[in-house]
Amino acid sequence: MQPFIRHTGIVASLDRANVDTDQIIPKQFLKRIERTGFGQFLFFDWRFLPDGSPNPAFELNQPIVAGASVLLARRNFGCGSSREHAPWALADYGFKVVIAPTFADIFFNNCFQNGMVPIRLAEEDVEELFRRTRAAEAAGGPYRLHVDLPSCTVSDDAGFSRPFTVDPFRKRCLLEGLDDIALSLQHVDAIAAWEAAHAAPAGE
Amino acid sequence: MSSTPRTLLDKIWDAHVVCTPPGELPLLYIDRHLVHEVTSPQAFEGLRLAGRPVRRPEATFATPDHNIPTTDRRLPIADPISKQQIDTLRNNCREFGVRLFDLGDADQGIVHVIGPELGITQPGMTIVCGDSHTATHGALGALAFGIGTSEVEHVLATQTLRQAKPKSLELRVEGSLHPGVTAKDLVLYLIGRLSTEGGTGHVIEYTGPCIRRLGMEERMTVCNMSIEAGARAGMIAPDQITFDYLRGRDYAPRNFDRAVAEWERFPGDPDAVFDRVEIFQGGDVVPQVTWGTNPAQVVGIDATVPDPTAFGDPNERESGSRALDYMGLRGGTKIVDIPLDRVFIGSCTNSRIEDLRAAAGVVRGYRVAPTVHAMVVPGSGRVKRQAEQEGLDRVFRDAGFEWREAGCSMCLGMNPDTLTPGQRCASTSNRNFEGRQGKGGRTHLVSPAMAAAAAVTGHFTDIRHWLYR
Ligand code: SF4
Repeated sequence: MQPFIRHTGIVASLDRANVDTDQIIPKQFLKRIERTGFGQFLFFDWRFLPDGSPNPAFELNQPIVAGASVLLARRNFGCGSSREHAPWALADYGFKVVIAPTFADIFFNNCFQNGMVPIRLAEEDVEELFRRTRAAEAAGGPYRLHVDLPSCTVSDDAGFSRPFTVDPFRKRCLLEGLDDIALSLQHVDAIAAWEAAHAAPAGE
Repeated sequence: MSSTPRTLLDKIWDAHVVCTPPGELPLLYIDRHLVHEVTSPQAFEGLRLAGRPVRRPEATFATPDHNIPTTDRRLPIADPISKQQIDTLRNNCREFGVRLFDLGDADQGIVHVIGPELGITQPGMTIVCGDSHTATHGALGALAFGIGTSEVEHVLATQTLRQAKPKSLELRVEGSLHPGVTAKDLVLYLIGRLSTEGGTGHVIEYTGPCIRRLGMEERMTVCNMSIEAGARAGMIAPDQITFDYLRGRDYAPRNFDRAVAEWERFPGDPDAVFDRVEIFQGGDVVPQVTWGTNPAQVVGIDATVPDPTAFGDPNERESGSRALDYMGLRGGTKIVDIPLDRVFIGSCTNSRIEDLRAAAGVVRGYRVAPTVHAMVVPGSGRVKRQAEQEGLDRVFRDAGFEWREAGCSMCLGMNPDTLTPGQRCASTSNRNFEGRQGKGGRTHLVSPAMAAAAAVTGHFTDIRHWLYR
């Protein structure tokens, strides 16, 4: 996994609550057996019109957010299925950070496995970021945020700065780009000991 | 062992923590790992690239369910990409020594239907699957939850998972359900009260007399939908109903009485403390119908479609209005006046034998409305055979339902069973998200009996006034 230390990127905002994984990546694209190449299908039913052309009304299709790598969203982002195809699609599209007031649990965990940082901020801070994004876009430029993982802060160039929390273990894995499985296999003796102690589970 | 009173969750958790290395998350031992074709290929590929074996193939069980056709199984799979995914599962199971209940195997079915039905799921176990409805297995007193594909790979390689301990939420349901009101109505009602994220970060334990009265399959329906309230797991303490259900099943412990003695230790201590408690009355629940695009957007059959502009919360207002647009509905419409094009009876929520019996009971002696296309998709090969032995397939077919092979089918429409844009469906499944059953399709979640009644009348109908023939 690529380490994540700090990142500055263009913010794309998605002003709707309860964005579910069926929207992030519709099921017709879950048949691939690879981990890559899902970005082209991200938000497919919202992003494209029935004839396959980009939907000019959809937020991510606005020229001003081209190249965006920070996604700003509303409550309960990523609810629904466990499909890791959702973070795969977001990451493959170019997102490195998702900011929302709350996330669904499985989606939240899945992000870390893919070097993407999900950031929970208070509802009013998210509201403020929506305001700042709209203001910057109205003035003709994209809005940019800086995310600094070692200090756990998200900030812009105009005075916005907020701390966020990440589980210390997840943080270390992100910073060092650690392979989770290799790390767990360091405890293989403890796993074997547990198995030996439970060799005959209930009645088997 | 500590003497602090513990919940069911505490007991299972404590029994499965392998170690908590300093500065790391605990490693939780996983007793059973269920695998299906959609969320596993990348995990097996990861093992292969790293040269790692499956640590405990005998604790790992696989079946294809999401992607498969539910029509004639003797025909080849028409969609080459679907076929490739199923072939990949076959090859992976063969290479890594995992037991596969393949297409054509008598025990194939939806992963959350076959786990309990084969006795693979047992009280006190930790169970995971790359699928968010894994909570279903919690109905037997297990800690069961959905995981992503990277975690699937982690469990395959280590038989453990890195997990912070979730918080506990007791949902106590007092009283009992009125006739005609089912476990599905109860869980939809609870989700409506909790919201789609009310359970986030928590494991739900359903308690109280109303829950204890539910049969095993009804309990599965309740636990199944825990994720729709944001909870990764839902569980019900094991009792005599659980033990009676498991006795004699293929993978149930051979020394069953000794196992029961073990399992009886799992229910939470009487004075154990939950992080949060919510109390509901079973008698308050009426048959439920969702009107929007998430399962918390739900009302009783005797209500009208709400007017979202009157909602207090701005997020709810926005998402309610979007939902009505998508659903092609207007606030104030009576639920019973909503006409339907399709009816789907199936999915890991409601495709077990008792669900099919309930639906067949409603349909018997009636015909599906001429405007409706209705189908029944049993949850497993076993359910299908049992239903056929009882003649339920005839009841459905005579009424004009299609009778299919086991699989997820139109619950998620990954196979050819989908809604076309604008079609409106009464569905016994668990998600009414935009496009879930097919792009532009409009899904209303209901119980099997309510779905069956709607198929006959062509619109939603209060099952409490049904004339059974
Ligand atoms: S029936 Fe539906 S919810 Fe259940 S496992 Fe299959 S796709 Fe998922």
